[in-house]
Amino acid sequence: MVRILLIIATFCTTGFLYSQNILIKNGTVLTITDGIKENTDVLILNGKIAQIAKNIINPKNTRVIDASGLFVMPGIIDAHSHIALDAINEFASPVTAEVQVGDVLNPFDIAIYRALAGGVTISHAMHGSANAIGGQCQTIKHRYGVVDPEKLKMEGAPRTIKFALGENPIRVHGEGKNIIPNTRMGMEQTFRDAFAEGKLYMQRWDDFRKGLIKESPEYNLRLETMADIIKGDILIHCHSYRADEILMLMRVLKDYGVKKICFQHVNEGFKVAPELAAYGATASVFSDWWAYKFEVYYSTAYNASILTKNGVTTSINSDDPELIRHLYHEAAKTQRYGGLSDDEALRLITINPAQQLGIDHRVGSIAIGKDGDVVLFKNHPLSIYAIPQMTIVDGVVRFSIQEDPDDVRLEISPTANESSFYEEMHHSEEEDSCLQGFSEWMMEHKSK
Amino acid sequence: MNVSNKYIFILLWIFSTSYTFGQQVKKAENGTFLLKNGMLHTVMHGTFTGDLLIQDGIIADMGKTVVAPNATVIDCSGKHVYPGLIDAGSRLGLAEIGSISLSNDYAELGAFVPHMRALSAINPNSVSIPVTRLNGVTTVFSKPEGGTFSGTGAVIDLFGYTPEQMSCGSERVVMQFPSTGLRGRWDRRKDTDIKSDAENALKKINEVWAEIINYHRIDSTATAQKTTWNRNNPAMDAMLPIVRKEQPLFIEVNSKADIETALEWIKSKNIKAVLMGVADGWRVADKIAAAKIPVITGPVLSLPRRDNDRYDAAYTNAGQMAKAGVKVAIRTNNAENTRNLPFDAGFAAAYGMGVEEALKAVTINTAEIFGIDNMYGSLDKGKVANVFVTDGDPFETKTQIEKLFIKGWDIPLESRQTLLKDEFLQRTPGLSK
Repeated sequence: MVRILLIIATFCTTGFLYSQNILIKNGTVLTITDGIKENTDVLILNGKIAQIAKNIINPKNTRVIDASGLFVMPGIIDAHSHIALDAINEFASPVTAEVQVGDVLNPFDIAIYRALAGGVTISHAMHGSANAIGGQCQTIKHRYGVVDPEKLKMEGAPRTIKFALGENPIRVHGEGKNIIPNTRMGMEQTFRDAFAEGKLYMQRWDDFRKGLIKESPEYNLRLETMADIIKGDILIHCHSYRADEILMLMRVLKDYGVKKICFQHVNEGFKVAPELAAYGATASVFSDWWAYKFEVYYSTAYNASILTKNGVTTSINSDDPELIRHLYHEAAKTQRYGGLSDDEALRLITINPAQQLGIDHRVGSIAIGKDGDVVLFKNHPLSIYAIPQMTIVDGVVRFSIQEDPDDVRLEISPTANESSFYEEMHHSEEEDSCLQGFSEWMMEHKSK
Repeated sequence: MNVSNKYIFILLWIFSTSYTFGQQVKKAENGTFLLKNGMLHTVMHGTFTGDLLIQDGIIADMGKTVVAPNATVIDCSGKHVYPGLIDAGSRLGLAEIGSISLSNDYAELGAFVPHMRALSAINPNSVSIPVTRLNGVTTVFSKPEGGTFSGTGAVIDLFGYTPEQMSCGSERVVMQFPSTGLRGRWDRRKDTDIKSDAENALKKINEVWAEIINYHRIDSTATAQKTTWNRNNPAMDAMLPIVRKEQPLFIEVNSKADIETALEWIKSKNIKAVLMGVADGWRVADKIAAAKIPVITGPVLSLPRRDNDRYDAAYTNAGQMAKAGVKVAIRTNNAENTRNLPFDAGFAAAYGMGVEEALKAVTINTAEIFGIDNMYGSLDKGKVANVFVTDGDPFETKTQIEKLFIKGWDIPLESRQTLLKDEFLQRTPGLSK
């Protein structure tokens, strides 16, 4: 008990009791949107970036951090992750637009701290890819130390929803339950049916509001969500791999006038980069994951650079509690595979994912008025020898290599000193994290 | 052109185009190559600017200046020359597509199958092989991992069309030591059950071991007396080099408690051994060093195994063991992304191991552990010409590999991934109007 209190106290003192005022002195500031500024100070006041200049005079009640010889960049943003979630997939139906992962946030997940130690301040906690239209996702800030799940949510971030194409929904529903979709033909019709129903629902309510019908339609959260998607109030993030299915979904969306779509994984995005660019669709990709299943066998690690050079706004994501810890390294792989510039590569993990999540006015670059989400690196973040030194969220130091305790668990077993040792920390090679829980669910489902 | 000539021309054209499309990448070229004036990172004799001659598949000469009138000269001024990197543990060639079990050959059924031979199942034409070698990884230990005695892994060069052409002449038996760790978040066995499961597994191993020793004695006696005996047990045969201390046993073991048990077990069986995995190695580095047992660890880019471990436990593990005096080699333990070996080494270097030691952990240390350091693991006269040329530090993410030689063959810098890039970077036709 003493230990738990101590840990909570540690986080309180490094967190809330400290002011959200920080002056970062003399760093090499990689602003992302306004070039590189040498020997420059960044002042964060009340959690927001207040000033970027040389020789800023230290205001009162402000913690000063010496960043001499260090690189200062905006907090890294992961547009695809499943950390801090107690559940990922609502397997029950091909369309489950009504469920929200925001209801199952877990602030105790150690993965949040480990992501912070990799400079990641924001992640997009996503529903899984079991369903064609899965649940709504949640953009979270990595405020590790808070215990109220609501405090993880990034206030004001737009609503997002997970779509999924290809093998995963087909495995779960077609192969697993013998219902449509069992093919990529069925995938298209599943989307068309859901959009048609949503549109009809919208029209019924419009008719009711105009007095054209007397009785109100039955309220339905699933269809309400579909209507919000059609209205453009929810951003779509679609798990996808193959070029043909990417084109298919863009045709469906075009028919319903839905413009905003970010394709996730999108391993074959490079094959239809001109079409993605023309539609204004964006892409959030792995740096180099491939061959873990057939639909990613014809991939290339040049995907991100080909997309970028074709004018598609692209980000590098993790989808994984390990990969999320070194997105700066994953972004650098676009320099080996495709020769992107430092600026282009850094955008893949900052301002571009911010755009895809609709939060680029708040985060993704070091600019006055933006959130005080900042990372300090020893060595350039794109170097293999880069080591994150400090990660600041809303002006609060949430990770510091100098003050990093050996044990940062917030939830501790009363009987065991150490947590269990895991032989397998990774999900099975056969599944991406998006299908987490599938094997267990299938076993239970089949035994019923 | 008369009619018959025309037909021959068309036939030739069809043949040549289909031939071009039929191959994965361009053909490698054999020859005599003189790498002039490059920065030679020898691993064993420091780094200096000089020349390196590749002839008949080996490094024929190396020095400040080498003269070879008949060689194709490759100017390496301002470039860096390294020995091929060796991955000390991979599934390359044994696994093609993760989710398609019929394309995976690394886990045979049965607990005692040490005679299952990876070299027979490795697919020389795996699409992942060219992908891997383009990052300077020229050689891997491709290993089975099922059961308890999983099979015999093979060290292979990443160029060749038959097992004989790829083999580096080192095949090693792999064992999975009984584990007291959890198999995943879903593993809800009680602590007492986990313990008794592992104890029972070790008991079974010891029973099998008694049979192996018996088999070895009969065989030794028969050999000494020059009598023939009715030996038809390939599994037992595979274990003879281990009990006779001709080869080390390669033991996968990860948690502190299991490593300690394994060290005692190795001592009690009086065999040579190499530990693989060794995720908790930093907790018992001194004991491993004292036992003088080498370690193959990795991937470096992986999660800590306990929630209360430091976030960088896996990053620092290799370096902590090396500092304690353990001979450490690094592996990816991957298949299709074995190409990330230099990045695993780079992270280990950044997190305490240092660049020099990390380079050894993917070259000479690995060669020594597999008993092939007379031919592999450094730039040295007489060694196999696995050599690559870069524009910088091979661990640095943005570094480009500019030339690659495996067994003296000039390997085209192509893989399906680069060919897809060539086809789609500026796709034609582009956007339809």
